[in-house]
Amino acid sequence: MMDRTIYREIKLTPVVWLLAGVLGAFIAAAGLALLYVEHNGHIVTGMNNQIVWGLPHVFAIFLIVAASGALNVASIASVFGKIENKPMARFSGLLSLALLAGGLAVLVLDLGRPDRLLLAMTKNNFKSIFAWNIYLYSGFFAVVGAYLYVQMARGMAPKVIKQVGTAAFIWRLALTTGTGSIFGWLVARPGYDAAILAPMFIVMSFSFGLAFFLLAISAVYRLSGRYIGPNLIKRLGRLLGIFAGAVLYFTAVRHLTNLYAAEHADFERFILFSGGFFTQLFWIGQVLIGGVIPLFLLFHHTDGSNRKHVLTASVLIILGGMAQIYGIVIGGQAFPLEIFPAYTVNNGSFDGAIANYSASLPELALGLGGVALTLLIAGLGVVVLRILPLNLSDRNIDPSKPDF
Amino acid sequence: MKLPALKTAVKDLSEIDRREFFKAGGAVATVALSSGVTLMAFGGAASANADAGKRWGLLIDVNKCKSDCNACVTACSDENGWEDTGNPETDAQWIRKVDLTHKQTGREVSLPMMCQHCEQPPCVDVCPTGASFKRADGIVLVDKHACIGCRYCMMACPFKARSFVHEPVENQKSHAPRGNGTVESCTLCVHRVDKGGSPACVEACSETGHGAMMFGDLNDPASEISQALKQYSSIGLRDDLRLNPGVRYSNL
Repeated sequence: MMDRTIYREIKLTPVVWLLAGVLGAFIAAAGLALLYVEHNGHIVTGMNNQIVWGLPHVFAIFLIVAASGALNVASIASVFGKIENKPMARFSGLLSLALLAGGLAVLVLDLGRPDRLLLAMTKNNFKSIFAWNIYLYSGFFAVVGAYLYVQMARGMAPKVIKQVGTAAFIWRLALTTGTGSIFGWLVARPGYDAAILAPMFIVMSFSFGLAFFLLAISAVYRLSGRYIGPNLIKRLGRLLGIFAGAVLYFTAVRHLTNLYAAEHADFERFILFSGGFFTQLFWIGQVLIGGVIPLFLLFHHTDGSNRKHVLTASVLIILGGMAQIYGIVIGGQAFPLEIFPAYTVNNGSFDGAIANYSASLPELALGLGGVALTLLIAGLGVVVLRILPLNLSDRNIDPSKPDF
Repeated sequence: MKLPALKTAVKDLSEIDRREFFKAGGAVATVALSSGVTLMAFGGAASANADAGKRWGLLIDVNKCKSDCNACVTACSDENGWEDTGNPETDAQWIRKVDLTHKQTGREVSLPMMCQHCEQPPCVDVCPTGASFKRADGIVLVDKHACIGCRYCMMACPFKARSFVHEPVENQKSHAPRGNGTVESCTLCVHRVDKGGSPACVEACSETGHGAMMFGDLNDPASEISQALKQYSSIGLRDDLRLNPGVRYSNL
């Protein structure tokens, strides 16, 4: 028999206040970093004219990609009718909005002229995928906001929830296509220029977003003393395993395709073999920590420790995801442009050479501030709104399909 | 009755500004820095002086360019006010010299690299605000008042031709506005071209006696540059991307 789902706000305990204070401190540090960089210019960051997008972009893109994926649980409930996910759907929507807000904050505050943000919203060149993304991102707030509203409004017909949920599902696919295309459409750089980046970003979003969701919901439930059924976590963990495997698959196809094309062979040699830090980041960070170990944990677990395995795998997938995005964003820029393919460059202004980059403290502070902002928004949401059910029992799992 | 009078005065001033600025050939946006100093920012229809019938371009004869000569770079720096501050990774570099050795033949060449003023510029395509734009006469510019400093154009440029201003700048030239947090690149000395002159780099190259750089209207079949292009083979860099650069190199 299914439990009746009762949604209640999370109580404000001293621990919750303490956490809010810690998050506030991170956001304040990001604010200071912003003022420091704005006052002195980007000269005080690790970025330069070769690596023009640095660590803030890695954080921003990770959070934006995860935002789309955090909506998985809600989409699975509303669009694909998995009833056991329904009680978590509100939190899924809230978390995706919070992730997008955190990611966009970092992206916008790292602009050379963040004071001109209004200009970016009013003066658009629609040939630019960046301009499209401005509308995809703000539209996501509107569509997912509406989805959250229809889920929480009294007496809303299930048909309406499904329709709005479907709109949100389609929108998030478009959003991540747009984010992947920022890189995929850069035809001049050997590290990008690949249509597969758009679907790969969608699969990455499924994986990173679900991992973030699992950690966030587990933390909130632990903090508030509420109960989550082990089978719910286990089933979402299996889904996470499928997504993590799919990320590895897309990664393999991307690199194999590049290896087949002689023009991209040098870039592949750089990333896969000779790139030093970037090579380690790929094999150890992305493939081993973010792929192979989580897959092992998620599919080869012993009874009784499932939850721990799923949560450990989620942490590893997030670390591997950061490594992957670092490799794409920074690695793709570090490899030199091939302006003179028939020649070797003897000297020029960094032409033909691998570019250097080491992130500075203000960049790290800005990035972590984005993560803190995400958590603070999500935390505020569950404190003031009826987002989370009193318990997430395994009894909601369809008895005819006990094991996903 | 003070308010209407003030309004009229402001209106009159803007009328003067508008007239002045179209006469000056260019920028829609102007900023008064202090009395007597005005920065033009290549804004909006800055193409006021651009002749759609022309396409300005350069032809660089690599055989005439000497490895030990840096005259074009120095001239550009002097003309446009960007300089070496001792931080090569972050310093602006509107034009740079590149020395190359052919992988198969071992032939050594030297050449200047700058914005290639593409017919299909990727920087213009990707710019979210339209700050990167191409004038009707083919010169690719950045509107310093519309650039938000996102650096996407730098990611998209196949030639690493653009620089991000990493720190506050002082003593700017009024004809070459610069701004911390915005992107900039070679303007083909648009301020000189609009007055019938040629870019500072071309002039300096000619003064050294090397004569490796030629400037002119690619659309005019009678121009010196068109005649030279007709006579000798030349390439555009990254011709595979089909951007049709306005800068062409011969003997490369």
